[in-house]
Amino acid sequence: MTRFWRRFVRNRQAGLGAVILAMFVVLAVTAPLVFPGSAFRSVDRPFLPPLSERVLGTDQLGRDVAAGIAHGARTSLSIGVLATALALLLGTLVGGCAGYYGGWLDDALMRATEFVQTIPTFLFAIVLVAILTPSVKSIVIAIALVSWPPVARLVRGEFLSLRSREFVLACVCLGMEDRRIIVRHILPNCLSPIIVTGSLMVATAILIESALSFLGLGDPNTMSWGFMIGGGRTFLRQAWWLCAIPGVAILLTVLAINLLGDGLNDALNPRLVGAAGR
Amino acid sequence: MNEPGGRAGYALRRVAQAVPVVFAIVVLNFGLLHLAPGDAVDVLAGEAGSATPEYMRQLRDRFGLEQPFAVRLALYVKNVLTFDLGFSFRHNMPVVQLILARTGPTLLLMGATLVVSVTAGIAFGLVAASRVHGWRDTLISILALVGYATPLFWVGLMLIVVFSLRLGWFPTSGMETIGAFHEGWRRVVDIAHHLVLPVATLSLFYVALYTRLMRAAMLEQVGMDYVTTARAKGLPEGRITLTHVLRNAVLPVVTMAGVQVGSLLGGTVVVESVYAWPGLGLLAFQALFARDLNLIMGILFLSTCLVIVVNLAVDLVYTLLDPRIHLA
Repeated sequence: MTRFWRRFVRNRQAGLGAVILAMFVVLAVTAPLVFPGSAFRSVDRPFLPPLSERVLGTDQLGRDVAAGIAHGARTSLSIGVLATALALLLGTLVGGCAGYYGGWLDDALMRATEFVQTIPTFLFAIVLVAILTPSVKSIVIAIALVSWPPVARLVRGEFLSLRSREFVLACVCLGMEDRRIIVRHILPNCLSPIIVTGSLMVATAILIESALSFLGLGDPNTMSWGFMIGGGRTFLRQAWWLCAIPGVAILLTVLAINLLGDGLNDALNPRLVGAAGR
Repeated sequence: MNEPGGRAGYALRRVAQAVPVVFAIVVLNFGLLHLAPGDAVDVLAGEAGSATPEYMRQLRDRFGLEQPFAVRLALYVKNVLTFDLGFSFRHNMPVVQLILARTGPTLLLMGATLVVSVTAGIAFGLVAASRVHGWRDTLISILALVGYATPLFWVGLMLIVVFSLRLGWFPTSGMETIGAFHEGWRRVVDIAHHLVLPVATLSLFYVALYTRLMRAAMLEQVGMDYVTTARAKGLPEGRITLTHVLRNAVLPVVTMAGVQVGSLLGGTVVVESVYAWPGLGLLAFQALFARDLNLIMGILFLSTCLVIVVNLAVDLVYTLLDPRIHLA
């Protein structure tokens, strides 16, 4: 009975996460329709408080905060998903090769993985974006380059344990190509921990992106939540809501993704606790 | 294996292992410089904005930009390994000197955060695990979930709004009251006063992390045989928890605290730039604004070295905490 209750509560959490996330996805998708034109355009008097003529008020340059939140949702979600996809690809490639082939290749790849993990993640991301010049592309690349190591370690572990199973040995005996064994036979068997890790990584990626754009390393042509907080920072005394509102948006999105990820974790691999060393 | 000689030998071996890592960072930095548009000197001097043509020529000479690739790499490695990280025009100071001057405040911030977050995390985890699914456990778990999802810089700004601007309890920025020139204990108190909000901000995420970890570790240990034994010989529950379970449950938290040093350093960039805390993070933020890439690379290099040193220290602490660990 208690176990059922716990599962129920957990599922309710995942459900809550799914609902919140769905709201932000809808907001992101419909942003160009509901708030047409650039979110950088000034539309009204500056410093209008929320719940006045504009739902969320206007900022120091008279830009609509609600439009910024909607367009920012596009930026955050797309960068989060793209960076995670790239990191998963990179991590799976490295971890898969290391786990499948073993030997010196495994040694070399794992040394490289540990090395990247030694470098302070956020500083590394800052340096990468600063050198590649800030743009959506360079932010995605930077986030992916700093977040693939946990995936590589996870995939390597899975591959190591699957490598010596009968079905893989059978494939080898049949003379199947390595690439086919890896992609068609081993990879599908370790998909669920990869999915769980990936879902939680989207949340981390969104947090990194917001911190980067808060520091002024965002794409100058794209509205983002971190940029809005960074811009409103100077006006904390007069208009604290300029910082508060985008922050709540980040908090809710990341919370929703984490809840959903935990739910996925419970559903897909009950034995795996706390994936990816978060 | 626990005699002092064994531990010293272990430390030496670990230092030897760190050498190739440091070397790899130097090579990585070199590679990053080549990734940037223009040659390394354009990046180093041009982007800082105020370099003179003479300095550019001097730099090209020093990096040997007309030389073949291998020679250039060797020159770069030699420069870095002799702690010659170049000159920052913006600050009119050698980069190494600049970084060393800013390391103290960052270490203070990191150290205080580490102590606060580990202590609070262990305490909250203990309380949460003592009555699973009670109201305290639920409350702590919800707070941990929220702490996990909150952007640090935003927490910092909101704390400033509430505690500095509205209530006026704490200063909004800096490490000391400017112009007060406190000395001795008054200075310590002044710095501690300035330290409260930055540490609270930076700790939030890690308190959440260690609480979750501690709770899980406690629940795992409670089911162990040695707990049953302790209970069978009639030890009171409080004593079992505090002297037996706690010692074992703390280990994963310490490991995690060591692993997190790199991410803690990253967090200081954001927190220091919110509170104008005069450490490495604020320096990195200012360097970003001035497009002073050379300075940022120097910070990246030295912080990575710092992470290696701290990891080594944590491993040594670990052998003290858990005598079962062999110094392999």
